[in-house]
Amino acid sequence: MEKHLNIPISADEIRDLKVGESVLLSGIMITGRDAVHKWIHDTFIDKTKPATQEDLDTLSQLKPILDGGLIYHCGPVVSGLETKQYRFVAAGPTTSIREEPYQGDVIHFLNLRGVIGKGGMGPKTLKACHDAPAVYFHAIGGAAALIAESVTEVIGVHKLEFGIPEAIWVIKVKDLPVIVTMDSHNASLHTSVRDQSKSILNRLIEG
Amino acid sequence: MRDFTQELLELIRLTSTDLPNQVEERLKTALASEELGSAAHAALETILKNVTMTRKNSTPICQDTGTPIFFVSAPTSIDKDELTVQIRGAIELATQKSYLRPNAVHSITGKNSGNNLGDAYFPTIHFQPSANDELSVDLILKGGGCENVGAQYSLPNDELKAGRDLEGVRRAALDAVYRAQGEGCAPGFLGIAIGGDRGTGYAASKEVLMRDPDDHNRDAELDQLENRITTEANELGIGPMGFGGKATVLGTKIISSYRLPASFFVTISYMCWAFRHHKMIVKGEAIDYE
Repeated sequence: MEKHLNIPISADEIRDLKVGESVLLSGIMITGRDAVHKWIHDTFIDKTKPATQEDLDTLSQLKPILDGGLIYHCGPVVSGLETKQYRFVAAGPTTSIREEPYQGDVIHFLNLRGVIGKGGMGPKTLKACHDAPAVYFHAIGGAAALIAESVTEVIGVHKLEFGIPEAIWVIKVKDLPVIVTMDSHNASLHTSVRDQSKSILNRLIEG
Repeated sequence: MRDFTQELLELIRLTSTDLPNQVEERLKTALASEELGSAAHAALETILKNVTMTRKNSTPICQDTGTPIFFVSAPTSIDKDELTVQIRGAIELATQKSYLRPNAVHSITGKNSGNNLGDAYFPTIHFQPSANDELSVDLILKGGGCENVGAQYSLPNDELKAGRDLEGVRRAALDAVYRAQGEGCAPGFLGIAIGGDRGTGYAASKEVLMRDPDDHNRDAELDQLENRITTEANELGIGPMGFGGKATVLGTKIISSYRLPASFFVTISYMCWAFRHHKMIVKGEAIDYE
């Protein structure tokens, strides 16, 4: 029933995935949300902000992890901050749509095979999923402890100056449960639910 | 004045880690309504598993521990400034203990304060006089995902053909649920304030969420509207997480306030399924949590 996928994920494995499929993800990924997407976009894609040596070093460390890999839209609760023996205590997904202005470009720039988040994303990301190919994996919002259990190791952290929720946490996961809600064939569960609910809304407020 | 810091810390721990039973019951009812094998069913199953786990392990239900919103009802013997200091101290301790995520971000510099303390608005503390000798402190933890899908409508609204009446309120509420889709972590709860100004409308829409989930509105007409909005919102088919399904809204609470002749606001606060709310009551020496 559930499909197991290991990161890095191949383009063929991604093309096989369809909206509605349950997947258990294993391997190394990073967390990245608002500040991280803006940083990648402004510094390396739009280049409106000059890249510092530290920016370049961070990028070169992340690139091999992200080639065929995933970014998880997540701002975790982390314990062990003083001893640096980091552990994820709570790690559910954050709302992804805020990354819509950046996501498509970031997928192409880093050769991502997908992103994980909640709430779904828009047409720019769906097109990038088609072209890359990549998919949007939906994790369960608020299932923070359950997902934290699937994080077996915190390998490291970058950009801690963004704050705990916004930093880039490099994590190893085992069987992180997700559902494909946007695939590489232009299908989006979010678009179909939105369209259906719109017609019901119209009936409810006009009928 | 007595030092309540440890008791307030317990209130925060409880609120972050222990979902109220009434909310859990509604989630179980929602699970039973969804088709076996559907994504909606799987999502609710995961949610309920998570609820059991965090209660047992004393870890946050959701990593977004939100804005801590305190509603304090205090007798005159309580020094508000001192209690504020104690609340802020408890917030800092709770953050160190990982019951809360450091969530206070400076809007201009982007710097996270690291201890969940910002200016006078973070955490949010509302005081009101107590009608008796009891000190009661309600705490709601409301995350950013659901806060972002809150909405305020100024009626009349031509697009929705929503006039300045309860029918207009109904239209605005359903539109807000439609717009939120799954982004507020459906199935959620709606707090709706009719009237007020833009500021008091949002405050009241949160305060009304403190009502017992199972109670009835004292105003029969509003009670009926609460039920109708919940029922119709569920007809939208948005479902848990926006995956499609029957459970979209688990409850609606409405409050009305006075307004200016020129204004008619309908303000909707969306509370995610992780409706974290507990209360601490101090009666003499005794302290109870509910």
